Amino acid sequence: MRRAMNWLLPHPALTVLLAVVWTLLQNEVSAGMIVFGIILGMIIPIMTARWWPDRPKGLRLGKMLAYVCLVMWDIVVANIQVAWIVLTKRNADMRPNWVVIPLDLRSPEAITILAGTITLTPGTVSADLSDEGKSLLVHALDADDPDAVRNDIKQRYERRIKEIFE
Amino acid sequence: MTLSVLATYAVVFFLAVGVIFTLVAGIGLLKLNTGMSRLHAPTKAGTVGIGAFLVASMIHSWTFSDGSIHELLILAFLFVTAPVSANFMARVNIYRQACEPLPQPDQDDLWSTQNIPEADRYIAVDVR
Repeated sequence: MRRAMNWLLPHPALTVLLAVVWTLLQNEVSAGMIVFGIILGMIIPIMTARWWPDRPKGLRLGKMLAYVCLVMWDIVVANIQVAWIVLTKRNADMRPNWVVIPLDLRSPEAITILAGTITLTPGTVSADLSDEGKSLLVHALDADDPDAVRNDIKQRYERRIKEIFE
Repeated sequence: MTLSVLATYAVVFFLAVGVIFTLVAGIGLLKLNTGMSRLHAPTKAGTVGIGAFLVASMIHSWTFSDGSIHELLILAFLFVTAPVSANFMARVNIYRQACEPLPQPDQDDLWSTQNIPEADRYIAVDVR
């Protein structure tokens, strides 16, 4: 039974995601389209299985939702701050700065999410990864104190992402 | 009746918010003076600006017609793709050295964009 499930649904989360995206694409909820979405959600993971051999096992969905809400809120707040900086601060007074973030995360998926979050929250853009993937290079638009930005990102985002992937 | 009036006000509010943030992004693109700083402006329009437009569109479609949920998908794809394009532009800046000198990585030797394989060095020299 377990093996049959594994063969049929190698990636249950991806199946659900594909079914939901398909239904959203149809722009209306009807039984036929949901069934078709589920069929697609079963076929595509089976066909693409060989491209994700080391996928992370066991995401914590609750923590993930909480994280998404936190990031949304941060995006809105930080957008207002950055808009204010852009409109009121002279270029000469701005302190653009590089910030180096030593990473505790190791899995590529987790690092991608962290880098994406950093870029989406205004004021910081993730620019590069070190050649062995142990630090992340971030550009800050206006940071007097790069260490404070680094600690903020590590405490606020990296710690939470680590909890999601554990 | 009152519901549609309220919805109209909400649509107008979100459109105004979207316009303001998109305008600020445009101003930022013109005003900021270095390549890396300019990169910050469009990522702003991509998130709150377009997010507000999409919320307005959703409210409008749910009150005045059948309703539409495509906007959620647009937002999701935008949130996935915007960081990737921003990252590409940042790396081009680093590659062409159109930015302040980079700090040293904490634990490794080089940033991956600087780590050009031996065989490709001759192309890299051309760009600089």
